[in-house]
Amino acid sequence: MAVLQHEREQKSAALLELLKSKLASHIISSRITLGDAEVHIRREGMLDFFGLLKLDSELRFEMLMSVTAVDWLDEREDRFEVVYHLLSLTHLHRLRIKIAASETEPVVESVVSLWESANFLERECHDMYGIRFNGNPDHRRILMYEEFEGYPLRKDYPVQGKQPRVKLRYPEVENTARHMIRPTLVQIGKGRNGAQHS
Amino acid sequence: MAHSTAKESIEEPLGVPPRNLLNVDYGVGGVTTTMLPREEGDDLHSETMILNMGPAHPATHGTVRLVVELSGEEIVDADVEVGYLHRGFEKMCETVDYNQVMPYADRLNYVSPLINNHGWCLTVEKLLEIQAPKRAEYIRVIMSEISRMSDHLTCLGASAMELGAFTVMLYMMQAREYLWELIEEVTGARLTISYGRVGGVKDDLPEGFAGRMKKAFDGTREQLESCDRLLTRNRIFVDRMCNVGVLSKEEAMSYGLTGPLGRASGVNYDVRRDFPYSCYEDFSFEVPLGEKGDNYDRFIVRFQELHQSMRICEQAIANLPDGPIVVDDPRIVLAPKDEVYTSIDGMINHFEMVIFGVQPPKGDVYCAVEGGNGELGFYTVSDGTGRPYKLHVRAPSFIHMGAVRRMLLGHMIADVVPTFGMVNMIGGECDR
Repeated sequence: MAVLQHEREQKSAALLELLKSKLASHIISSRITLGDAEVHIRREGMLDFFGLLKLDSELRFEMLMSVTAVDWLDEREDRFEVVYHLLSLTHLHRLRIKIAASETEPVVESVVSLWESANFLERECHDMYGIRFNGNPDHRRILMYEEFEGYPLRKDYPVQGKQPRVKLRYPEVENTARHMIRPTLVQIGKGRNGAQHS
Repeated sequence: MAHSTAKESIEEPLGVPPRNLLNVDYGVGGVTTTMLPREEGDDLHSETMILNMGPAHPATHGTVRLVVELSGEEIVDADVEVGYLHRGFEKMCETVDYNQVMPYADRLNYVSPLINNHGWCLTVEKLLEIQAPKRAEYIRVIMSEISRMSDHLTCLGASAMELGAFTVMLYMMQAREYLWELIEEVTGARLTISYGRVGGVKDDLPEGFAGRMKKAFDGTREQLESCDRLLTRNRIFVDRMCNVGVLSKEEAMSYGLTGPLGRASGVNYDVRRDFPYSCYEDFSFEVPLGEKGDNYDRFIVRFQELHQSMRICEQAIANLPDGPIVVDDPRIVLAPKDEVYTSIDGMINHFEMVIFGVQPPKGDVYCAVEGGNGELGFYTVSDGTGRPYKLHVRAPSFIHMGAVRRMLLGHMIADVVPTFGMVNMIGGECDR
């Protein structure tokens, strides 16, 4: 059952053949690198492509393992490349999928309707690279804070970049110990009065 | 071609989309509560309460913030905020060479750093298309398994303590101590180890290691047996763990759960068995599977894996091959010191290694190992220079945190503690 190291290349080749016969219209190019199967696909109709990868009985990619992006800066025409890794438990094969995204419009479709794990993974990718995932219901930052400016893993973000100071979230409350005294929160005998901060 | 039908047959996403419970003014600092009417005209008894747990909370080992919406004691909604320990691991790694990533990788899952080292070494080796010598691979396997055991012991001990079983925690820490003494003996360090090297390992096993390992394992087994007697059929423990945080197999796959969490839900997947690396195909071991996917199954799976890890170590040490512990290639490993000081070649090789580092060819690679919590994958892009152009870690803890909301919905507030304990979030790995 196990896929040994020397069998991986063969397995990847068989998978790519299968993909080409089923989904040729989506694929721009495909290759085997260091034993891994890899396809570049078009952005248009990518959700159909992913849907079939999950549902087709011969492919059956039940798990989305990771979503990330590569920033190629000026090296390529389309600056970003969104990279997905899929795994099929039924057939024990892995696939790497790449989709190009331009600098002016770094948008791809969200696959959260197919795999729940996509939610966190896409949020991270958005947080780090500023890629937008159309259809992700929860597009907040995840590792960084809301007020963070820029996208830290982009190549043009400096390694020692400085961020502006974040304003107090609740400006009516002064950030000193004296003003944080509890009595405003719970007043004995009068019940809870959380709305008024002095 | 069935393109048009594919979209229609896509299943509905599981559960409802999360509400934004974070960054809402619930008061100032600490655990504060505010009543929110569910609907207009509700009286007090049908209102829900927002409870803010963390980022620094005794039950969240690590810094993570959990905002739960409660109806009475029942959790009706939850929001998980991670990222408090974010230190830019991936950005830092782009500025150092391939061997210098090792100490950073230690700090990913700091309870089992040897597995991180192992994973990163294999990734670079795959990129270089080399294979470490068999002895090095066996040593890596032994060290990884010892590391995995210490990871599981920490997880189980801490979770048991949170449910009141303090003795179990002490027993498990004692067992971990035996293992850490072994690790210290081989690597010279206990926590952040940096033992891996691209192309092999730093040091060979010391003399008499097999005997001391046997002794340590005997001690560990004894402690585990005590813990087993104290916990596994303990009424309080079983009541708190059974039927809590249940995830079905389909949900677990959809949420991308791997490792003990996934296997407890019945996802029959173990990287060591299904995609063997580092000679794991040489060893025979079982992959324990759960049935229900609740916290109790997660506990049992981890407990069984401890025994399997010891089994693997014993097989590896019994069949440990002789030979070198690093590849013989001056472009990949540092030249031996006596050569550096006595020959011009050695000196040049040393200089080049220190200044330029390992220089893999252009390309990108994904390599996965079985970490303490699940599949630990490294995706790296090389541009032909001595530094990684891009590095992404598929951190199991991070992905598991995505499923925490689903696990908690419908349970009691007290169930947060065992569920969170069994997810075993490691801040360093989750937030990177």
